[in-house]
Amino acid sequence: MYPAVELVRASLGRYSITGLHQGTVGLRNYARLLEQEALPAVAGNTVAWVAVVVAVTIVLSLGLAQLLNEAFPGRRLVRWALIVPWAASLIMTSKLFVWIYDYYFGLLNRVVAAAGFAPMDWLGDDRTVMGAMIAVGVFVSLPFTTYVLLAGLQTIPGEVYEAARVDGAAGWRSYRWVTLPLLQPALLVATVLNLIYVFNSFPIVWTLNDRNPGFAHDTMITFMYKIAFKSALRDVGLAAALGVVNVLLILLAVVAYLRVLRGREEPV
Amino acid sequence: MLAAALLAPYAVMLLTALKPEAELRVAPPRLLPVEWRPQNFWTVLRDPDFQSWLTVSLAVAAVSTVLVLVAAVPAAYYTARHRFPGRGAFLFLVLVTQMFAPTALVVGLYREFFELGLINTYTALIAVNAAFNLAFAVWILRAFFASIPREIEEAAAVDGCGQAGALFRIILPVALPGIVTAGIFAFIAAWNEYIVALTLMTDASMRPLTVGITSYVTAYVQHWDLLFAASVIAIVPVVVLFALIEPYLVGGLTAGSVK
Repeated sequence: MYPAVELVRASLGRYSITGLHQGTVGLRNYARLLEQEALPAVAGNTVAWVAVVVAVTIVLSLGLAQLLNEAFPGRRLVRWALIVPWAASLIMTSKLFVWIYDYYFGLLNRVVAAAGFAPMDWLGDDRTVMGAMIAVGVFVSLPFTTYVLLAGLQTIPGEVYEAARVDGAAGWRSYRWVTLPLLQPALLVATVLNLIYVFNSFPIVWTLNDRNPGFAHDTMITFMYKIAFKSALRDVGLAAALGVVNVLLILLAVVAYLRVLRGREEPV
Repeated sequence: MLAAALLAPYAVMLLTALKPEAELRVAPPRLLPVEWRPQNFWTVLRDPDFQSWLTVSLAVAAVSTVLVLVAAVPAAYYTARHRFPGRGAFLFLVLVTQMFAPTALVVGLYREFFELGLINTYTALIAVNAAFNLAFAVWILRAFFASIPREIEEAAAVDGCGQAGALFRIILPVALPGIVTAGIFAFIAAWNEYIVALTLMTDASMRPLTVGITSYVTAYVQHWDLLFAASVIAIVPVVVLFALIEPYLVGGLTAGSVK
């Protein structure tokens, strides 16, 4: 039964790739891709989107995981609450944030006004739309990341901390020199998977950036989608070229990250 | 506090779903409805469009889950129990498939199904969902099978149980939590899938829930109350299912990836 399974999988994989290749005419599409005026902005957006979302998510999740690793009243409740953004469909969460960010009727501006600031058109203003999207990106990435890190924390035996205490390490020092190194495998998994998920994330940018014309706030993924299906270009070949570039970029980022980590591990 | 911060947006969702339409357009907005309108949920449930989206979502998610399990259980069992040439490569391939989310390949997928003449068919949607959830299912199930001690099978063999008998009477029951976990996870992933459905199902009457509900709010009609009522209906069962598998999910994830 097993070869059949692999056959199905291999054939599916190859189909998609030939689909991509059929769309291209030699390297012409790639050359035209470089000529797209929007490309530098889109590439910049993508880097900012991925880097900030992943970094902020990891830092916040480290704190959350540490907290959830301790027993405290209501821990069960927090864990349940953490599941909701994970399980809820991304498109529904995105729509919800469109409503919360709304200029006239959104609750965010109500809070902002109550705090004494001028209300903002969060999703219409060039200065805020990226930040608004990143906030949602972090919000939906937190649960998964926290769970992976929490699982990592739970594999660290208590004796290690006792030994550290005997050696005179406590508080921050214990965390920095004992917890973080032992957490490295979990951190690695969380970072790599987040890189992939966040780069590939479509519904958030697609939904929150819906009102704005042009490509000024698109990432590579939504840019590709617009080229293929929505814009005046409607150019599957060009989009496919971008798709190939996207996949290569993900691979590159992941491999580079693994390299860096392995390089750091070896001298130890 | 923390729980409140995580749930606050969804509380807004629920409360907005309970408002009459006129109350959506008040500035400054109010958190609580003045007049509570639980009838919004009935409006949505009785909406024939909503019923059709719901049916499509349920059917697509259920069929692709069954397909995933039928393919993933033997593959995972085999890789967990036997060493064979290319085993490492196979597992790596599984991980790589996991990386190529449908989003990155959506243009290729569209071309593929376009050439096969399968645009606007449930076959296409089910196939894509099944294919992309397969990798994760194999990964999680393998960890479960690997954690079952080999001695159990040997004991069964001593007691006169054949290999097939051992698989069905011993291994599968023991691995049941893992199979349920992989199944629920595949179901939820298919249930929440958006981009492939948006791309492949151009016929509005065949869309699943995730794509369908966005038609409550467009440039022309803005039924935010109904959109959120529908979202609440779609999210609640998924959250309950997810809570059930939560302990296994993290265990399976880290067993597979953290060596």
